[in-house]
Amino acid sequence: MSALLSLRNVWVEYGEKVVLEKVNLEVSEGAFLSIIGPSGAGKSSLLRLILGQEAPTRGQVLLGGEPLEPQCGPDRGVVFQRYSVFPHMSVLGNVMFGLECPAAPIAARLFGSARRKAMGEAAAMLHAVGLGDSLNLYPAQMSGGMQQRLAIAQALIKRPRILLLDEPFGALDPGIRADMHGLITQLWRDYGLTIVMVTHDIKEAFTLGTRVLALDKRRHDPHAPHRYGATAVYDLPLRTAPAVVPPAPPQPDPNPLSAAAS
Amino acid sequence: MRWINWHLSKRDRLIAGGAPIVLLLVIYLVTAVQRHAANPSDKILPLPSGMAKAITDLLTTPDPLSGHLVFWADTLASLQRLGLGLGIATLFALVLGLLIGALPPVRAALSPLVTGIAVIPPIALLPILFIALGLGETSKIVLIAIGVAPVMVRDIAAHVGSLPREQIIKAETLGANSWQIIVRVALPQAMPRLIQAIRLALGPAWVFLISAEAVASDIGLGYRIFLVRRYLAMDVIIPYVAWIALLAILADLVLAATSRRMFPWAHEAAR
Repeated sequence: MSALLSLRNVWVEYGEKVVLEKVNLEVSEGAFLSIIGPSGAGKSSLLRLILGQEAPTRGQVLLGGEPLEPQCGPDRGVVFQRYSVFPHMSVLGNVMFGLECPAAPIAARLFGSARRKAMGEAAAMLHAVGLGDSLNLYPAQMSGGMQQRLAIAQALIKRPRILLLDEPFGALDPGIRADMHGLITQLWRDYGLTIVMVTHDIKEAFTLGTRVLALDKRRHDPHAPHRYGATAVYDLPLRTAPAVVPPAPPQPDPNPLSAAAS
Repeated sequence: MRWINWHLSKRDRLIAGGAPIVLLLVIYLVTAVQRHAANPSDKILPLPSGMAKAITDLLTTPDPLSGHLVFWADTLASLQRLGLGLGIATLFALVLGLLIGALPPVRAALSPLVTGIAVIPPIALLPILFIALGLGETSKIVLIAIGVAPVMVRDIAAHVGSLPREQIIKAETLGANSWQIIVRVALPQAMPRLIQAIRLALGPAWVFLISAEAVASDIGLGYRIFLVRRYLAMDVIIPYVAWIALLAILADLVLAATSRRMFPWAHEAAR
């Protein structure tokens, strides 16, 4: 399979402190890559690189063969552990925002038939993540699990080439977390996503991923703990499809616009 | 029960909150009655009847020079200055606050200037304003605006700047440009904070209004208070001060209600 995302000899340094060193990584299309490692091993730095939030100090990050510019763009979706949704927009508004941005550069809003079309599309996506009944709620009225479902729907509406998950289920209780595992697996299959997930939970990494990457420091100088950075110490290909059998997806509402229009 | 866990019922809160106010009123009345028993023409602590008469005169008898009803003319003039000054400050706070908070180059360029203006005591600028803008309405309005705007600008800028980084990143991954992030992400979330900033700025705004009116004016609540001070006319001063307090409380309540009604999402988490 072709490599969708490549990191070539990537280093990240903050002044004296070396966070990542000599990271080489090829992620093929359709992969579900889990990244694990101890705190401070550069998991989040790696994710920020792929996201474009930071540029590497040395080396190259390529997406589909093109070097990434150091800015976030709509070809990469992201779900953070918290603060991924906009508290001032309704659930439907949160998902529509991604459709409104490219279509209305000045007004940043859609009107009339374009708006109705975007509403329909957003409502359909919300049904797919199981939020079909909550279109008009504000995020503060929803549980943590529902907010993460919303954050996923918000990212997927842009049909990103890569979906980045930064400890997306870390703040959820175990039952909800299991539901979310089912959901993300289902979406990964249905939409043919390429996912890069950073997690603290080793079990989660192995259950969901088709490949697990462990970051850690190969070298350590006790007198200069920041002298050496972390790199990929294990890179384990697991399978081509996830082991989890996801639960049945939520049934879509036969008339997705009814709730939105009310 | 520990005091920090002692929550009062609504009825008890009313009683507890009303008691100090009633107590102060009673102390005032007893002292005033005593003074009037000793000297029936005492001016320092007027009785309610005396205040009612003085205010009725101002409410009903037109001023022989201008023909206005003095009380309403004063109120209108003061509220107009206050409203214009606060309105200008709010506009500045919104535009500059958003730009400084959201855009790093604008922050680098304007933040030191705003901080510099904010540390100048506004009353010290009053002579400059009077010299540059004359003694008319402009200088008073500008004093209020300059007095409260820097604090409001900094407050809004700080609030916008402290929006979670995740939200901004998320908006970028949804394809939003700087302008779209400002109008759809930063502006709506700054609005409840803006109303909060106006509520907090109301106090200083009244201070600057009364100061400007006291120094040079021919109409207004502050002007009247400082005018009748020359005759020890406490029977006018006390009702005027009470009226100013009432206006300030009303403005605060209206702003709080507006925020709850227009931005329910911002008050959701607090419930």
